[in-house]
Amino acid sequence: MTTTETSTTATTRGEARRQQTADSVYKPKDGLLLEVDDLFVEFHTDDGIAKAINGVSFDLYQGETLAILGESGSGKSVTAQAIMGILDVPPARITGGQVRYCGQDLLTMPDEQRRKTRGPEISMVFQDALSSLNPVFPVGWQIAEMFRQHRGMNKSDAMERAIKLMQRVQIPAAKERVKAYPHQFSGGMRQRIMIAMAIALDPAVLIADEPTTALDVTVQAQIMELLQELQQERQMGLILITHDLGVVADVADKIAVMYAGRIVERADVYDLYRQPAHPYTKGLLESIPRLDLKGQNLAAIGGLPPNLMNIPPGCAFNPRCRYAQDICKQDRPELREVLPGREAACHFSEEVLNG
Amino acid sequence: MTEATTIAVGQETHVAEATEGGARSLASDAWRQLKKNPVFWVSVVLITIFVVMAAVPQLFTQTDPTEAILKDARMRPSSEAWFGRDIQGYDIYARTIYGARASILVGVFTTIGTVILGSLLGIMAGFYGGWSDTLISRITDVFLAIPLLLGGILFMSTFPNNANSAYLVVVFKVVLALTILGWPSLTRLMRSSVLQVKPNDYVQAARALGASPWRIIRSHILPNAMAPVIVVSTINLGVYISVEATLSFLGIGLTPPAISWGVSISDALVALRTTPHILLFPSLFLSLTVLAFIMLGDAVRDAFDPKTR
Repeated sequence: MTTTETSTTATTRGEARRQQTADSVYKPKDGLLLEVDDLFVEFHTDDGIAKAINGVSFDLYQGETLAILGESGSGKSVTAQAIMGILDVPPARITGGQVRYCGQDLLTMPDEQRRKTRGPEISMVFQDALSSLNPVFPVGWQIAEMFRQHRGMNKSDAMERAIKLMQRVQIPAAKERVKAYPHQFSGGMRQRIMIAMAIALDPAVLIADEPTTALDVTVQAQIMELLQELQQERQMGLILITHDLGVVADVADKIAVMYAGRIVERADVYDLYRQPAHPYTKGLLESIPRLDLKGQNLAAIGGLPPNLMNIPPGCAFNPRCRYAQDICKQDRPELREVLPGREAACHFSEEVLNG
Repeated sequence: MTEATTIAVGQETHVAEATEGGARSLASDAWRQLKKNPVFWVSVVLITIFVVMAAVPQLFTQTDPTEAILKDARMRPSSEAWFGRDIQGYDIYARTIYGARASILVGVFTTIGTVILGSLLGIMAGFYGGWSDTLISRITDVFLAIPLLLGGILFMSTFPNNANSAYLVVVFKVVLALTILGWPSLTRLMRSSVLQVKPNDYVQAARALGASPWRIIRSHILPNAMAPVIVVSTINLGVYISVEATLSFLGIGLTPPAISWGVSISDALVALRTTPHILLFPSLFLSLTVLAFIMLGDAVRDAFDPKTR
């Protein structure tokens, strides 16, 4: 989905956003919002150095949804935290790379300036909304806090905006419920409130870190729908972090598959589902339970993800890979274009593509 | 049948949520719990009486506590002097009423002092961590090693009162001594409490939504970490009052002409065998005050702890 296509569907909110960016110091160039460039993150622990991210690069444009897909420990959440600047340093350490927002490197920015980008420019939705909301304050107060803090609004104006936002994220009886506490809401409703807080200041980039993992399946779809709706309405760049292939298929434009802290494949969502170019992606897709294969054993990727303290030489996936040959144990494959607009980090992508 | 169930599950249960009762926060839950606790009400009534006594003693007695009638010295309780008269011929009732002021002042201000100092340092140590944590924790350890009473004796005998020191100066000297010695336990408590709250997702979320460190502390850390400090400082208030009385008893806390229960108890000792009532009344009031604050602290602790419900 490109910017020109979606701008016709953009509502006044999207216009307002663009108006605002016109005044702000951050102006996306040709719709390019966020560039992550060769990012490295390590965790220094007593047991040694865990290499969580090993050279991740991607771009995010206005109105685009990028899904980052990977299993636990593949570095997807750490990537998000590094972009937001909320990694705990130490034990984490960013050892290389750049995160540019509208051309400015966030990693070298003074702390105070960077803090001010969180909320109005880049914002985030967390996985577990129950623990992400402060239990001692009413939800309305917490949403209103965003306006009071960043926009200097007075209490009643901020509260009014909070009610509007709660209505926007489809919380029934918002007016009556602003004074309710987080534990009085269901999981789905809490996630809606978390989303309301995250979009309160019209951010240009929204990172959703497994926004539906803590929810039950029926609510998942509703939350994803809401996110997609808000994204199109405001022309946000959305980074969707997930391990759920089903969630991604409907919403994402582009997919980056991560394994052991590296992006191993990058493609448009349809291409990737139709014809994976990396053995890992292929394994993931084959492990989705299918109705027409009922009664048969579920195909799974054998083995375990590598220990991040001790990533195998060569391709990190080689011990689990059915295409693996000697070269995979020595040479680490770099991300390369295997088909127009498609990249994969595998020596044998062509064979994988051909089945 | 199956179809109907699927649809019902598909809807989020708005109705059940909307009809739920009023808001329940930790504080309102605690209050609900407190209201049902008789110990709480007994302590509140006692504390209210003592605080009013400290603020406006004239409400309780018209007698001048500094008026000594030597010929009536050691008089037993009578209709004229309800609690009798002491060795100097002072009216014991009036002196006991006026003595509340010193205890309450010392208790309240020492508590305020220790809570402010202790919380501040505890938050700094717990929130910022690193070398500030190490430094504050070690200083805390050093101060914790000094017993409260011994330290108080040391401080007060190093800086003794003059005969003509103003009342408030004398009181605040005791407050200062107890504050200097009393903050470390609260610092330790606050630090551990902050460490417990800090890794919560909502603190992380607040950071991700651009909250400044000051705002994170004020809105997210402090309200969630304050409960244990409130409980312990309420109990400590009673302890400070008893330490003040002990120091005054030893003749180094509040000194005459200041009126204090500790001073009265000390004066009563010489006549303990012949006229024990002189000792009885100030001791009784002192015990009741200390007991009231400890009971209040207990009740508040139970209310804040969901496990005791």
